[in-house]
Amino acid sequence: MARGSALRRPTKLWRQIDAISRWIFPVVTLLFGLFVIGMPFGIQGQAALRPVYAMACVYFWSLYRPGSLPAPLVALCGLLLDLLGLSSFGVWAVLLLLLQWGTLLARRKLVPARFLIVWASFTLAAGVCAGLAWAIESALALRLLPLGPLLLEALLAAGLYPLLAAFLIRAHRGPAAVEQA
Amino acid sequence: MIRLSIPLRQALSRLTLPVMLMVSLGCVLIGRADQNFSDRLRAGLDDMLAPAYMLVSGPIQAAEHGTGEIGHLFSLSQENEQLREQNAELLQWQEVAMALQAQNDALKASLHFVPTPTPEFATGEVVADLGGVYARSVLVLVPPANGNPQSLIGAVAMDGRGLAGRVVDAGDRSARVLLINDINSRIPVAIGANGAPALMAGTNGPDPSLLYWSPNQPPPEGAMVLTSAEGGAFPPGLPVGVVHYNAQNQPVVLPLAHLDALRVLRLFSYPDNLPALTPIPHLKPAAASAAKHHRKR
Repeated sequence: MARGSALRRPTKLWRQIDAISRWIFPVVTLLFGLFVIGMPFGIQGQAALRPVYAMACVYFWSLYRPGSLPAPLVALCGLLLDLLGLSSFGVWAVLLLLLQWGTLLARRKLVPARFLIVWASFTLAAGVCAGLAWAIESALALRLLPLGPLLLEALLAAGLYPLLAAFLIRAHRGPAAVEQA
Repeated sequence: MIRLSIPLRQALSRLTLPVMLMVSLGCVLIGRADQNFSDRLRAGLDDMLAPAYMLVSGPIQAAEHGTGEIGHLFSLSQENEQLREQNAELLQWQEVAMALQAQNDALKASLHFVPTPTPEFATGEVVADLGGVYARSVLVLVPPANGNPQSLIGAVAMDGRGLAGRVVDAGDRSARVLLINDINSRIPVAIGANGAPALMAGTNGPDPSLLYWSPNQPPPEGAMVLTSAEGGAFPPGLPVGVVHYNAQNQPVVLPLAHLDALRVLRLFSYPDNLPALTPIPHLKPAAASAAKHHRKR
């Protein structure tokens, strides 16, 4: 009996590590993505990619695995987004939390829905968030900021979500699945 | 682990989101009330991230510059030919430049010209493109400042060809440079040979626009744009770009600096005691005739 439990102890520890690594997978990929988008690739409109990526990750994980992306971590990612991207401190934290809130409210209807509907509602939500960011930044800067980046963000959100979702769905079933630990 | 009853745990999990929302709104307020707070946080974060970025983008740049030969192999002979032609042309220009330099030196000597003090400068590699959606900035890795990182704030950043921006945030080993095409960038410039004053304003697009030029002297296409010391923010005479009229027939500046692909930046810390105003030659005859012309209409 004692020998059995002694044998089991290391596997239990490994299992815990496994479970933790699966649990933190969404946050780590989100943070790593924000880091990678900062590298000087010299792509036009590269900066617009950062909030779109963050919004897509928050939307996806709030929809399918809300336990892995709790609100404090979302707020932290938002603050990081603000510090990296020279936007006003705290603006994206508020917007990402609002996005998470909206997603959690619509979760029951969205989870069983077809992919097209999930995609369309993300595009809408991302557009609204980007518009709010534009409005807040304009209000804080006391002038109308150009609308081009806003349009670019909406287009990026619509275009990139299927690609990102293909990767995230695979992660959701494999390396992020806490129940498989 | 603390064991909580299920209803309490449910209540707590429901409260996290609104509480975090309140906290974030508080962060917005703090950020607005104390700009230094977010600047300090940003400088700290930049300091932390800069070495990590260097680790990743260092090899990429090395592959591009040093060992990126695979792509070049195919166009090697063609490039050689081009370079030979260019070299011959540049050698001619070198003679012209040397003659002009000699003439300039002679003129300066006869005028008892007082040279501007040579600024201190630090050279740093651009490790990250940390612009925002409505901002253009890059992160530069700088050698550790001796004691006072704040001394770098306000330094003028130039790449090999022209003005790239100014340092807005500086930490112990990194500096954030706000580029000249950022929407918040306003730089007093002097246009052309007679140094007509204007303001260069960033638009977040690739080419900054020109504002407040004198209607008597519209900036001519192709004229050189240099910094002006008006306001005392910049030293005079740094090359910025060339005037160009865009599709809307508005004058813009085509920057000399390669703003989309900055690799290495020199950060010049100029002394503070620059003259507040540059003397601008008054072109009285031209101005008077223009005014007369105006009156006739």
